[in-house]
Amino acid sequence: MGFGLWPQPEAYSRKPTGFIMAELRTETMTVNMGPQHPSTHGVLRLVLELDGEVVRSIRPTIGYLHTGIEKTAEQKKWQQVVPLVERMDYLGAQSNSLAYALSVEKLLGLEMPQRVKDIRVVIAELQRIASHLVWLGTHALEIGAVSLLFYAFRERELLMNINELIAGFRFFPSYIRIGGLREDLPRGFHEAVNAFLDRFPGKVDEFEGLLSRNDIFLRRTQGVGVIAADGALAWGLVGPIARACGVDYDVRRYFPYCGYETYNFEVPTEQEGDVYARYCVRIREMRESVKICRQAITRITPAGAWACDDPRVVPPPKDKVYTEMEALIQHFLIYSQGFTVPAGDAYVPVEGPRGEHGVYVVSDGTNRPWRIKMRAPSLLAIQALPTLVEGGLIADVVAVMGSTDVVMGDCDR
Amino acid sequence: MALDAHTSASASVASLRDATDPELPLITTTVEKIVQWARRSAIWPAQFGLACCAIEMMAMVASRYDIARFGAEVFRGSPRQSDLMIVAGRLSRKMAPAMRRVYDQMPEPKWVISMGACASIGGVFDNYAIVQGVDQVVPVDVYVPGCPPRPESLIYGIVQLQQKIARSRA
Repeated sequence: MGFGLWPQPEAYSRKPTGFIMAELRTETMTVNMGPQHPSTHGVLRLVLELDGEVVRSIRPTIGYLHTGIEKTAEQKKWQQVVPLVERMDYLGAQSNSLAYALSVEKLLGLEMPQRVKDIRVVIAELQRIASHLVWLGTHALEIGAVSLLFYAFRERELLMNINELIAGFRFFPSYIRIGGLREDLPRGFHEAVNAFLDRFPGKVDEFEGLLSRNDIFLRRTQGVGVIAADGALAWGLVGPIARACGVDYDVRRYFPYCGYETYNFEVPTEQEGDVYARYCVRIREMRESVKICRQAITRITPAGAWACDDPRVVPPPKDKVYTEMEALIQHFLIYSQGFTVPAGDAYVPVEGPRGEHGVYVVSDGTNRPWRIKMRAPSLLAIQALPTLVEGGLIADVVAVMGSTDVVMGDCDR
Repeated sequence: MALDAHTSASASVASLRDATDPELPLITTTVEKIVQWARRSAIWPAQFGLACCAIEMMAMVASRYDIARFGAEVFRGSPRQSDLMIVAGRLSRKMAPAMRRVYDQMPEPKWVISMGACASIGGVFDNYAIVQGVDQVVPVDVYVPGCPPRPESLIYGIVQLQQKIARSRA
């Protein structure tokens, strides 16, 4: 730890000639950023080696939010894992439960009714918008545009209202279950989603009006944290970070699930690969999500199937539980012992807000998972952080961190 | 000066005004009460988000809930400038020493709100990684239940803390 620009004490005693500069100390300074830092998106610790203002090296240290979720899940029954995976990547909660449900359903060999798929599409896209809104608010806040946080969270509250409508819970609805959904859509769901979809594109314009031409924002973001397409592929980057440098990869397009192949949408890409390009990609993704939601919500009938008809997994309706002995027994079995899943392993990726993520599940044929493993896009983004930051200025570390949109709950689990 | 019922100084004000110039803006109170009033009306929380609860903490600050109505909106990045630590989220064993250090860096008087089930008792994560309650590491004043708690719950917790400050010795 030294103050590189200060002359040595003996330098003062000499006559001020030109060779004082030659005796300046030039060692680097090591600075610890985190684990408690306002802009590390949770508890990430970065060890920075600074040469003046320039970042020579950056070493991310993870694990400060290690929760042991994957291990805890091995002690839970299959259905009980849904709330746990929602708490991994807490900004994209329902993308997690969708990924988990799809993997387990693949093991069980279940095929969902079309209405369930459409409802899941709506929920996943609304979750993407909610996650991007938190990203937008915090990223702009860290760069200095404080007021955008309030704009973004105002819209996000409407999505929280929709969550509350479907499940009575703002943050982690656990609405997507193995075998379908928790229950049928409530009255007023279509109206609430349509009202949001009508309102939201204008609000995206408002966000763009605040940021996209903002000179301070442009100077903080353009040409900062650049990574090229081959670098992104080498580091395994996915999602908006990869699409911002021209990698046209989206799970919804290349490995469609929930019937995404029947929707008309674009995969937004940019070529620059800098912080501003990532901002543009995410803004355009929000607009695309609105487009997908509009298509999906028109397909959803007000009443219909909300789960598959497999009695192993889906409990019988409540009126039958009260009147029929077999239904009562089935209900009791599902809620006490849970259901067994055939031995094997499955991985169904989904396109979450941060890119491809999925839950690799292994079953040994019992009523509990033998192993679950989350493929976390945040972990890969943090892995690539040195490539993005090194050689840049220390002030850009926060901008680059924000643009990767890492969630430490996703990374550390 | 806008003091509320806790100061209960209105009677003394009337008698004082009779004795002196009626236009003189004077009230009488005790130092203790004025300190309690100042402390509870301007709580500066530290930005100490750990996990999911931190997002609800941000929602509490943002547009719809607006904690500024209760005077606790100035979130500080440095613990040395703050007097409330809202432990928002699950505390892992690796993070516990860092959290204790943040707490130790805060100047007295300081308070702690344990936000959410994980911070209070470990929540659903009864395993090797999570500290089963942050009260094993720091003294907690208010526990806010929920997973995560709604912003209203956290606001209620802050109001409870304000009442506690009002009752405490200055």
